[in-house]
Amino acid sequence: MDWSTVLTNAATSLVGLQTIVYALAAVGLNLHFGYTGLLNFGQAAFAAVGAYGLAIVVASAGLPLPVGLAAGLAGSVVLSVLLGLPTLRLRADYLAIATIAAAEILRISARSSTLREFTGGASGINGFTEPFHDLNPLPPGTYGFGPWRYHERDLWVLLVGWTVLAVCCLVVWLLVRSPWGRVLRGIREDEDAARGLGKNVYAYKMQALAIGGVIGTLAGFVYALGQGSVQPDLYGTELTFFAYTVLLLGGVARVLGPVVGAAIFWVVLSLTDTVLRGAVDEGWLTFMSTTQVGQVRFMLVGLALMFLMIFRPQGIFGDPRQIALDAR
Amino acid sequence: MTHDRSPSTPADRPPGPETLRGGPGAAKPDPILVVDGLQRRFGGLVAVDVDHLEVQRGSITALIGPNGAGKTTLFNLLTGFDRADHGTWTFDGRPVHGVPAHRLVRSGMVRTFQLTKVLSRMTVLENMRLGAPEQRGEGLLRALVRPLWARQEAEITARAEALLTRFALGRMRDEYAGSLSGGQRKLLEMARALMTSPRMVMLDEPMAGVNPALTQTLLDHVRTLRDEGMTVLFVEHDMDMVRDISDWVVVMAQGRVIAEGPPAVVMSDPAVVDAYLGAHHDAPLTGSLQEDRP
Amino acid sequence: MRVCVRWGVCLLLATLGCLGGASGARAAPDAGELIRVRVSTATGDPVPGATVEVERDGTRIGTGTTRPDGSAELDVPSAGAYQVLLDVDTLPPASAGFRPRMNPIRTTVDEGNARTVAFRLEAGGAGPERSADEGGSTVRVAQLTLQGLRFGLLIALAAVGLSLVFGTTGLTNFAHGELVTFGALVAYYLSIPAAVSLLGVVSFTKPGLPLLVAAPVTLLLSCGFGWLNDAVLWSRLRRRGTGLVAMMIVSIGLAIFLRYTFLYFAGGETLSYPDYATQAGIGLGPVMMRPVDLVSMGLAVTVLVGGGLALIRTRLGTATRAVADNPALAAASGIDVDRVIRSVWTGAAGLAALSGILLGMGQGLNFQMGFQILLLVFAAVTLGGLGTAFGALVGSLVVGLFIELSTLVVPTELKNVGALAVLIVILLVRPQGVLGRAGRIG
Repeated sequence: MDWSTVLTNAATSLVGLQTIVYALAAVGLNLHFGYTGLLNFGQAAFAAVGAYGLAIVVASAGLPLPVGLAAGLAGSVVLSVLLGLPTLRLRADYLAIATIAAAEILRISARSSTLREFTGGASGINGFTEPFHDLNPLPPGTYGFGPWRYHERDLWVLLVGWTVLAVCCLVVWLLVRSPWGRVLRGIREDEDAARGLGKNVYAYKMQALAIGGVIGTLAGFVYALGQGSVQPDLYGTELTFFAYTVLLLGGVARVLGPVVGAAIFWVVLSLTDTVLRGAVDEGWLTFMSTTQVGQVRFMLVGLALMFLMIFRPQGIFGDPRQIALDAR
Repeated sequence: MTHDRSPSTPADRPPGPETLRGGPGAAKPDPILVVDGLQRRFGGLVAVDVDHLEVQRGSITALIGPNGAGKTTLFNLLTGFDRADHGTWTFDGRPVHGVPAHRLVRSGMVRTFQLTKVLSRMTVLENMRLGAPEQRGEGLLRALVRPLWARQEAEITARAEALLTRFALGRMRDEYAGSLSGGQRKLLEMARALMTSPRMVMLDEPMAGVNPALTQTLLDHVRTLRDEGMTVLFVEHDMDMVRDISDWVVVMAQGRVIAEGPPAVVMSDPAVVDAYLGAHHDAPLTGSLQEDRP
Repeated sequence: MRVCVRWGVCLLLATLGCLGGASGARAAPDAGELIRVRVSTATGDPVPGATVEVERDGTRIGTGTTRPDGSAELDVPSAGAYQVLLDVDTLPPASAGFRPRMNPIRTTVDEGNARTVAFRLEAGGAGPERSADEGGSTVRVAQLTLQGLRFGLLIALAAVGLSLVFGTTGLTNFAHGELVTFGALVAYYLSIPAAVSLLGVVSFTKPGLPLLVAAPVTLLLSCGFGWLNDAVLWSRLRRRGTGLVAMMIVSIGLAIFLRYTFLYFAGGETLSYPDYATQAGIGLGPVMMRPVDLVSMGLAVTVLVGGGLALIRTRLGTATRAVADNPALAAASGIDVDRVIRSVWTGAAGLAALSGILLGMGQGLNFQMGFQILLLVFAAVTLGGLGTAFGALVGSLVVGLFIELSTLVVPTELKNVGALAVLIVILLVRPQGVLGRAGRIG
């Protein structure tokens, strides 16, 4: 087995596109679940709205990139209002079911042949990223060092992605240490208590849902621009639940938790993938084919989600005092 | 100062024949809360059916009754946590039926809960700060700019610390509220309610499940609220507690107000003894498991 | 009890391990769809060498020739509506004078589910060629109603179990779909011949059981699987006092784990049971349905009615309803709440497995079939009012009918979208469900 390839792959996963996308999706979920206690099981829908909004406006309608971004963001806010209005007054699991249903509605509709004209059906849309790459100030060439070597286009995507992620983390940090964030945490702990202290719980939940959703939409933008295409099946329920795993890995209700979690998640997935694949190729693992390696990774994700939720609900790096409270 | 008031001579209230006699729906000289024709049904069960009820400003009024009498439901209705099927009520002269709970708090009526609702994974100080009204930093955009709210935050913190000291929680300010004992939680909840600068405090079984030593402290705090000019309405099971502390007692049974009057008068009312004690005499007088249903 | 657990795990692993040996080439889950065609005589004998074609919007997109067993497979690019045509000129001489009852046949392929189309030759044929859709809208409505009832009854089996689990434990179990898949896959494995290797020591080829034998065995195994679910995981979480939201997320993790375990062993392609896969439909007045589907409907009704009676009449049923109503009170009245919940899990898994087998007989089975219907089951349960078994049944029927009848106005590939949209609307206007009652708040 070629260990240098294994390590190189892991190193590129550490800062790669998937890490950015899942970190962003999880930053949004952190605001929902970690700080406000909202169960959004449809983060994939918010990402899909961003990706498809951008791709349809730029590729199909031929409008400029900023219009596409604006359309995605507007769509995201509309989606959170549509989902939040009926369900935010109800029990937490109603929001969960409504959001996961909405996400599946969007995915099935996007991949249907009825809407193929707009969404490209199962194969999706591509050819909308040129306006983005036209903004690239980097001259053509290869940049980087060690395992991290990129062409100018990839590096541009990563730079923009990490910048967006950093800005989102900064905004979340500013918000959660403010009195606004305190109200969110109050709602998370006991929404009746917050209401009994004069807080308009419904309005705060709506705001949190919208902001976290917009961050999910930014994840969709980065994903679409980085991949150079949008495909409906990338926005299935797995995206949402992997983002939850990322969140639990990094630590719930910690500003940088999602970033750490995403890095761990993708590095571990990369390591298991290359190591297992290598082992199969070397003939060390006879009971498994290389296709099955991919499935083993996802089985591990499922187990990780279960065990994290059972034993470390605050995440690996959660506040130990909070963990002590949870253990009661 | 709080102890020189005998319960049998309620302050600030000219004794008229009705106030002395009591009786359901008795008029008060200066009511802060007036309820008319309030009804709430659950399926076929009439949980609350109150024709008329007034609560005297600046007094301590106890709401008692056997389990299932509708006390907590009445509380939920009055504080906007549940919706009435019929009825109107006014707070401080303004109609407030249909007003959402959070706006009632802003107009000066705050409540606590039967099962204490401390915010476990927030510190005691953060619990207190959350109670402060009209915080500039609670707006989404202003929250991003700390200088806009930093000064107000300091003021709030000072108020919170003063209240914590008064409620003997000063040393706990940086602990998670979830690590407090049951009695400390009751104190915290009461202190936090005061952060909203209320004119009327509604306490749902403030003494339930608290050890006797702390009960006296809590009673003192309740009296202090009245002495500071607040109106207190509280739900209680323990008759002895009610006798000691309250200026006025309202008795509910099966959703209705069956009697009201000064404690000594009400407790000798045969109808009350019958309805209340008859249904309650073999149950413990403090605490209640039956009402803890989800 | 500990011995039982270990035994169960071994059994489960052995079962799954064998599945691995049985599965063939793996296709990516979203690489196009499949239509199976079977041509047979009126007496059921296969007709080989016949040419079949598949068209979409009048354009031919694939052809095939039936194999000696009378079957052929046509690849289609995606889910959607297709028309399958039997070229009568290619029928072998022995079939001269025989014509299919229906030709062409219109069919709709669902995402991830192979569709089977059967041509049945009859003496003199059916006269002028006609298709199922040409019988006028009344016939179409009747046909869709029947299909909707069938689908509704089958998902009701899953919905009732989900609802009972929710009612007694408060858990919204996202892994319930995997119980459906488990049943379908285990029955499949039992019904096909497969090479079995136990730790490389003993190797033999296990014969394929008839589905009528495989199914009851599967139900027993599935009940055991449900029992294990509760014994190994959920009862411990309840004892730890894990919150309901946390348990819900745990169930998602379990669902992902199980789904990819199924994919690992069974592969991504859509499978179908050797028995009944190509049975032809029979006419019932104006509508058509395969006998096997009619029998499944009957079976589902029997099981649901039996289950309902058991809930009302038996001690365990009464205890279950008591626990659902108020666990603390039930415990105080001497009911062993844990035992009741364990039974509910066992029964719910059995019902889900039956649902999976019957669904699999209808449209094939794959590793994500349960997940694909999970949200529809949620819709049914929510519609009927969370936590009431009877409501779940009614909700399922409504969802089934709605899904099928909605194809009168929306494209078939979007029929589930309609049902999910209705789910959201119900949450908006009547969150307690159509049959549920508003309860006390606070």
